[in-house]
Amino acid sequence: MRYLPKSPAERQEMLAALGAKSIEELFSSIPEAYRLKKPLNLPGPYSEAEVVKYFEERATENSSGYTSLLGAGVYSHLRSVVTDAILQRGEFLTSYTPYQAEISQGTLQAIFEFQTLMCQLTGQEVANASMYDGSTATTEAVLMAERMTGRRRVLAARSLHPEYRDVLRTYAKNSGLRVEEISYTPSGALDEKGLKAALREDVCAVVVQSPNFFGSIEGLGALAELAHASGALLVVAVTEALSLGVMRPPVEADIVAMEGQSFGLAPSYGGPYVGVIASKEKFVRQMPGRLAGQTHDLEGRRGFVLTLATREQHIRREKATSNICTNQALCALAATVHLSLLGKEGIREMAEQNVAKARFALSLLEKIPGVKRSFTAPFFNEFAVELPRSVKIVNAELLKSKIIGPYVLGAAYPELTKHALVCVTETTSRAEIERFAGALKAALESPF
Amino acid sequence: MSDKIKVARRHTNRSEVLIFEKSSPGKRAFELPPLDVPAVNAGEALGEFRRAEGVEGFPEVSEIEVIRHFTRLSTWNYAIDLGMYPLGSCTMKYNPRVNEFVARLAGIATEHPYQPQELSQGCLKILRQLEKCLLEITGMDAITLQPAAGAQGELTGLLLIRAYHQRNGNPRKKVLIPDSAHGTNPATAVIAGYEVENIKSNADGQVDIAKLREQVTGDVAALMLTNPSTLGIFEQQIPEIAEILHAKGALLYMDGANMNALAGITRPGELGVDVMHLNLHKTFSTPHGGGGPGAGPVAVRKILEPFLPVPVLVEKEGGRLALDCNRKESVGRVRAFVGNFGVLVRALAYILAYGPGVRQATEDAVLNANYIRKHLEGAFDLPYTRPSMHEVVFSDAIQKRNGVNTMDIAKRLIDYGFHPYTTAFPLIVSGALMIEPTESESKEECDYFIEAMKAIAEEAEKNPELVKTAPHTTRVRRLDEVAAARKPVLRWKPSDKRSEAAD
Repeated sequence: MRYLPKSPAERQEMLAALGAKSIEELFSSIPEAYRLKKPLNLPGPYSEAEVVKYFEERATENSSGYTSLLGAGVYSHLRSVVTDAILQRGEFLTSYTPYQAEISQGTLQAIFEFQTLMCQLTGQEVANASMYDGSTATTEAVLMAERMTGRRRVLAARSLHPEYRDVLRTYAKNSGLRVEEISYTPSGALDEKGLKAALREDVCAVVVQSPNFFGSIEGLGALAELAHASGALLVVAVTEALSLGVMRPPVEADIVAMEGQSFGLAPSYGGPYVGVIASKEKFVRQMPGRLAGQTHDLEGRRGFVLTLATREQHIRREKATSNICTNQALCALAATVHLSLLGKEGIREMAEQNVAKARFALSLLEKIPGVKRSFTAPFFNEFAVELPRSVKIVNAELLKSKIIGPYVLGAAYPELTKHALVCVTETTSRAEIERFAGALKAALESPF
Repeated sequence: MSDKIKVARRHTNRSEVLIFEKSSPGKRAFELPPLDVPAVNAGEALGEFRRAEGVEGFPEVSEIEVIRHFTRLSTWNYAIDLGMYPLGSCTMKYNPRVNEFVARLAGIATEHPYQPQELSQGCLKILRQLEKCLLEITGMDAITLQPAAGAQGELTGLLLIRAYHQRNGNPRKKVLIPDSAHGTNPATAVIAGYEVENIKSNADGQVDIAKLREQVTGDVAALMLTNPSTLGIFEQQIPEIAEILHAKGALLYMDGANMNALAGITRPGELGVDVMHLNLHKTFSTPHGGGGPGAGPVAVRKILEPFLPVPVLVEKEGGRLALDCNRKESVGRVRAFVGNFGVLVRALAYILAYGPGVRQATEDAVLNANYIRKHLEGAFDLPYTRPSMHEVVFSDAIQKRNGVNTMDIAKRLIDYGFHPYTTAFPLIVSGALMIEPTESESKEECDYFIEAMKAIAEEAEKNPELVKTAPHTTRVRRLDEVAAARKPVLRWKPSDKRSEAAD
């Protein structure tokens, strides 16, 4: 087997050194009755070429050749080949969590730079590195708020990503947290009146996403005031991190929970991505996850270490702030390289292209009879439209033109069955947008 | 070094400055294609929500500077690709390069989780194949691939257990956890809403059966058992432990972190295990990447299947695969989307490369650990003498007589060109040296390691100061962790003056 560096003779030599006659002897502590008597029934062994062929065949069974209007928490963006070249350096790819700082400065400094970039983007004072994804980051942010306030009620926007709400409910179920939903207004933003009515002295966190799941940008200042007036913390989830290249950072938030997939990570059918929690410095000791800090060595040289580990499970066990251990370090590195490449100008330009493309798409869709915008609030690169027909049926028509239609809002919002969530990024060409608008028009005109 | 010799300062012997410190306005490393739709004034489009200035402090550097910066940083890391990484409990095996290649294929990396399932059959087939392989290896009945890492797998497992007991009328109160367990176990139990009760290991490092009988009451939901334990010892009484638990209606959770000792040799499903997680970034070779991403699938017996997280992968007529979210008794989602798909792809590529030969990897891993144990016994104290599986745990008892502890030895090992083993864990061994070579090390590499460890043992005897001040050959010396924690500096600020680190 090509991955195993031993010849049969070497195996024998090593066994002899142990005074063992056969390899079986080394497994003698497993009771005989429980040892497998026959080989595992697994496909393979495959040569490298066969492994590649297997996956290339699977790749042809997916969506190659289709244009997609999907976003809804996962976004296609340009990625420089440089990011992957760095990521595939074995020194980053095949190293462990940097507990041994003297031989892990590469990873540690990159993490420190990641934390800095996340602070700059979110306008927060500290950021961790990292959480599994945006959904678990949001949940962990709520648990953090619970620890800080000692309160047990959570008010989550209905316009928070449906799967993020699902994850929050899964975690909340057994920790005595009560999650309640706050609806949205015709503008697509959080219903402030509803929030005000629900806020009492027992609420630990108000959770709102911006831009929210419908693409609508939330006015965070007013929400923070409302939350703070009753002693609750404002948790702001960001699923489209690129929006921060052109949007005001969520400085009013007490905790920001972000999905960093947009920064150099492929959609990859759902993961791996990278979650981040950023907050005010005074909350840092309640923050979950790894943190790299600057320090110096015996000779006074700058260096970096994992720090404030007394929050973590390997030290605190059942008293830890979270059970997270393995996180998404390599994905955080991808984001760090990607953002270093984009730089100050690049991220703004990329974000502005998204703003322009989405508005171009909307302008074409609004010309189609019967199609109108669902909500009125400003948006970044996603917006909802109401169609005169069921989105599911329309999408089935679009597939015939090799177009993967927009996200069907009815899937998660029964009240919005005729509403579609359209996402357009800098990777969607004008021709594709025009083709989509044309196909949509045709689909709406075609008989049932 | 003598003052008279002028040292040329090249970048490689200087600290690499922060990317922010290389920034200068006007430099750039990325250019977008021209906008092909009418430009929009962002101020008009976003109004009050627009960011007035660019992101403050964001770097402005060129492409070559980005490449050099991160390439230089990479050279400050140790890695499996450079040499043996005997971190006990972490299973730092070779990460095959073809796995990276296939995970990046167009049609694999490019797929969106919400695209129609009829256009995702390739992705779903990959998931189905991996499920089948992992079920064959574990001997369990059903599986979820959703958890993003081992700790999330643990949580998922406990949520399943809780849901099961809940359906039987009472979620129960306690989870039993041996004192040798990973820290994630107790931290997880608390999140799942359970109290933790520790169970003590006996002098052999095994579960004390008589004591266990007393501790298992109707309040106990489950026992979380790592097998082989963190001592690298197979828990022989596992079928009996399962019986004791089952007799009281409690379940047996197996932490599969050490599955690299068992794959192809024995199957947890046949040992009485009810639920277990696997760390694909350990046993199944997906790269650790400096701390993730991983994946922590959870395999269960039939009785727990109704509770698996959504979505569940199901086969429809004609072999078509679909994701089913409509599961009444499901514990819900533990993570958005299907899971860390890219990691799952790599794990399947690993399994396909081995096929049934996975057993050979296990054998080699156990052979390496025992070979190292044999040669280091005597030089280092072996607190538990039962047969070792994939790892061996020594203690620093002999070296402590000269004031040298496990961390000192670990740091000295760096000077010899190795990554340290795991220090100070498991907690039941004072001053532990936890060594897991994995199957990826040749006899030659094992011999070098043994030689280094023996040399350090001798140094600890004759020149303890040398060991205590190690490492001596790294580009930074021991770092002040106390200072880092006392006054945390967790980010760079534009107002920071350029580092003097290089001088």
